[in-house]
Amino acid sequence: MACRRAWRFWRARWEERKNRRRKCRDGTRSMARKMRALIRIVPERETRSYSSLRKVARAPKPRAESPKSKMPNNKSKPASLLIKGGHVIDPASKIDAPMDVLLRDGHVVEVTPPNKIRGSAEEKFDARGLIVAPGFIDLHVHLREPGQSYKETIASGTAAAAAGGFTSVCCMPNTSPVLDSQEWVNWVRQPERGAVVNVFPVAAATNGSKGAVLTDFRGLQRAGAVAVTDDGKPILDNDTMRECLRLSGELSFPVVQHAEDTRQTEGCPMNDGPTSFRLGLHGWKTSAESSIVDRDVQLAQRIPNSRLHVAHLSAADSLKAVRRGKRSRAHVTCEVTPHHFTLTDEAVGDYNTNCKMNPPLRSAADIESLIVALGDGTVDAIATDHAPHASHEKQVEFERAAFGITGLETALGLAITKLHRDHRLPLARIVELLTSGPARVFDLRGRGSLARGSFADVTIFDPKKRWTFDVSKSRSLSRNSPFDGWQLTGKAVATIVTGRIVHRDG
Amino acid sequence: MNKGARGSLLDIEHLEAPEILKILRSARRMNPQRPRPLLRGKRVILLFYEPSTRTRSSFEVAAKSMGAMTVLVQSSGSSIEKGESLLDTGYTLRSVGADIIVIRHPLAGAPRLMAEHLDIPIVNAGDGMHEHPSQGLLDAYTILKHKKAFKGLHISIIGDIFHSRVARSSCHLLTKLGAKITLCGPPEFVPEVAATLATGLQVTRHIEEAARGADVLMLLRVQKERLAGMKLRLEDYIARYQMTMHRLKMAKRDAIVMHPGPIIRGLELTGEVADSPQSAIVEEVRNGVPTRMAILARAVGRA
Repeated sequence: MACRRAWRFWRARWEERKNRRRKCRDGTRSMARKMRALIRIVPERETRSYSSLRKVARAPKPRAESPKSKMPNNKSKPASLLIKGGHVIDPASKIDAPMDVLLRDGHVVEVTPPNKIRGSAEEKFDARGLIVAPGFIDLHVHLREPGQSYKETIASGTAAAAAGGFTSVCCMPNTSPVLDSQEWVNWVRQPERGAVVNVFPVAAATNGSKGAVLTDFRGLQRAGAVAVTDDGKPILDNDTMRECLRLSGELSFPVVQHAEDTRQTEGCPMNDGPTSFRLGLHGWKTSAESSIVDRDVQLAQRIPNSRLHVAHLSAADSLKAVRRGKRSRAHVTCEVTPHHFTLTDEAVGDYNTNCKMNPPLRSAADIESLIVALGDGTVDAIATDHAPHASHEKQVEFERAAFGITGLETALGLAITKLHRDHRLPLARIVELLTSGPARVFDLRGRGSLARGSFADVTIFDPKKRWTFDVSKSRSLSRNSPFDGWQLTGKAVATIVTGRIVHRDG
Repeated sequence: MNKGARGSLLDIEHLEAPEILKILRSARRMNPQRPRPLLRGKRVILLFYEPSTRTRSSFEVAAKSMGAMTVLVQSSGSSIEKGESLLDTGYTLRSVGADIIVIRHPLAGAPRLMAEHLDIPIVNAGDGMHEHPSQGLLDAYTILKHKKAFKGLHISIIGDIFHSRVARSSCHLLTKLGAKITLCGPPEFVPEVAATLATGLQVTRHIEEAARGADVLMLLRVQKERLAGMKLRLEDYIARYQMTMHRLKMAKRDAIVMHPGPIIRGLELTGEVADSPQSAIVEEVRNGVPTRMAILARAVGRA
C-alpha cells in the first residue's frame, strides 16, 4: 500500500512538472508566439527520443507476450501488421518523424526509422503520405445502450467511431436504465454488444444519476468503469460533490462533472446573446457553467489526490478556474468538443435544432479563448460528446428539441480544418489532444501511445485530404449533425484496434 | 434554407422593405365593409395553441369576409392534447384540405418549423417571444394613417421588450422603413443586447428621454408576475415607466400613443392617456382586419 502511494506521489510530481514546463506562464503572449514556441519544442525532443528508440529497435528479443494476446485469434486478424512509409506522430513518446511501425499479437512491437524494421510481418500497410498516430480516444460519447437503441447501439456507435479514427470510446451512463451498477457496466463490456472499437464505460456517480446517494465507486471501478459522472445532469449538491471527490482521491478514480447550474438554465435552449434575443429564446448564461467549475476546482484543491475532470467545457470563464486549479497542482483536467471550438451561437440561425446542444454553442470570444487553451495545454482532450437523437426528437419546436449532436465522424476533420489549418495549431498538438491527453485523464494504460508494448491501437489519417461530410452516409443510427455538407480537411484512412484493421476509407 | 411556401408570413426579419410596403398598400385598398371575394372557396385553418381575442377574431373576420371557410383548431379538445406533434398536426390539417394555416403558438419558431415541412402558406399569428408579424404590420398601417412617411420618424417603444414578440416585429419593421427607434425600460426588460436586434436602435432607461420629441409612443403590456420574478417593485416601475399625461406632453404635439393590447390602466399607462385624443389604441384593433385581409390575400397570391 505504501509502495503504491509512493508511486502515485512520484508519478503525480512527474506529470505536474511536465505540465508546468509546457504551460505558458505569460498570459499576455500572443497566440502566434505561443504556437511558435510550441513548434520549437517538438523537433528538439524528437531528436532525443530518436536515439532512445533506436536502442529499442536493436533490443535482441521482443517483449514477452502478455496474457491478453494469447487469446484465440480472430481469423480476420493478422498476427502481425507492418505500417510502412508513414510519418509517425506520437506525442507520448515525443516522436514526430518518418517511421515504420510493426504490430504483432495486438501490441506495438517496433517503431523504427524507415526500412529498419527487423521483424517480419504477414500483412503490410502502405502509409506513404499519411500520418500514423496512436489510436484516438474519445472521452465522451453516448452510445445509448441499454434502453435507447432507436438512437444508437453500441455496435453502430462504435462503427461511427472507427470511421472517425477513434479506437477507444468512453461511453456515458445516462442510458435507460442508468449505468449505476456493476451488472450494467459488465453488460456494456460484453462481446455480444458488437463493439468495433474499445468501449470504456463511465459509470454513474449517484444512484440513477439523481444526485442523492453515491454509487459503489470501488465496485464500479473493479467492474471496469474508468470514471464516474452524472453526465446530462450536474452533481449540484456541495456535500455530494465533496464526497465524490474524496472517494476519487482514495481510489484514483476521476469524477467527471457536467458543469451546469440547472437552477439558472431552466427553459434556456441556447446561449445568452444577440441570437437568443433575436429569436425570443431565454438565454443560457456562461455563468451557469463557470460557477460550477469554480466551485468544483475549489473543492478539488482542498481534497488531496482528488481527480476532477470537467466535461465539454464551453465558456471562457470556466477556463480561468481550470487554469487556477492546474497552477495549484490540483488534479483538474478538462475536455472541449469540436463543435464548441467551431460554431458560434449564430449557427442556430432560424431555429436549427441541429445546433441545439448542452452546453450550448457560445460566442466568438469564447471560441477564441478555447482555441488558445487548446494550444497552451489548459485543455487536456478533444472529446466529441457524440449524442445521437432520432429525427422525431429533433424535428420539433426548438425549445422542445433534444440537446446534442453526433460528432465521431467529423471530429478529426473539424480539428484539422479549424485548429490546424485556420489557427496554425501544430498537428502534433492535435494528435496529443486526441491520444495521450485523454489517455492520461482516465488513466487508460497502454493506450494513447505507440511505445513498445502498448496496445496496437493505431489511427492512420491523411491531414490534407479534402472531403465533404454527408450525414446520410453516417455509420451512426442518427442524423443530427450540423456539419452536413461541410467541406473538411483531414480524414481517417485506417483505424486499427488491437492490431486489426476495423475501418478502411475508400 | 427552406423559407416555406410562397405567401407565407413567418416573421418580419426576413421580409424586405418593398415587400412590407406592398402589404401596407394592399391593406389600404382593403375595405372591410365592402370586401372583394379574394378567398372564395379557400379553407383557412386557424390553429391556436394559445388563447387570443384580437388576433383570432380579426383573422377570422378577415378570412370570412373575403369568402373563405374558416376552421378553428385549438389545443384543448383536439389531438394536440393527446400528444400529437406539431408537424403531424400540420400534415393532418393539410390532408383535411387547408389552403392556409394561421398559427399561434407559445413556442418560438413553431410557424417556421411548419412552413419548412408543408407546401401551403403558413401565417404566423404570434410565436412565443419571437415575432408577431401581423401585429407589426397593423401597427405600421396605423402609423401610416397618422404620419406621412416612416423616414425620420422618432418612435419610442416602452415596456417589457424582452418578453414581447410585438416589439421584436416592430423593431425589425420600422427600422427597415427608416424610422429611428428608442427602446425604454428597466434592464430586466430591455437588456443591452436588445440594441443588436436591428441597426440604429437606441436603449435608454429614462422615459423622459424616450418621450421627448417622439412622433409615436408604443407601449407594451407589463405582466405583474414578471415584475415579481425580477425583484422589481410594482410601485417603482409605475413611478419610472408609466405613461402619464405629463410625460405625453413632452412628445411632439401630434404624437400618437399605441398599444398592442390588452392594456392595463394604471400600470403601463394612465386612464387619461388611454382615452386621450392622441391615443390610437382602439383604432389599432380596427386596423387589424384590413391588414390581415391583405396578409391572407397575399398568402393566396391575390394581393
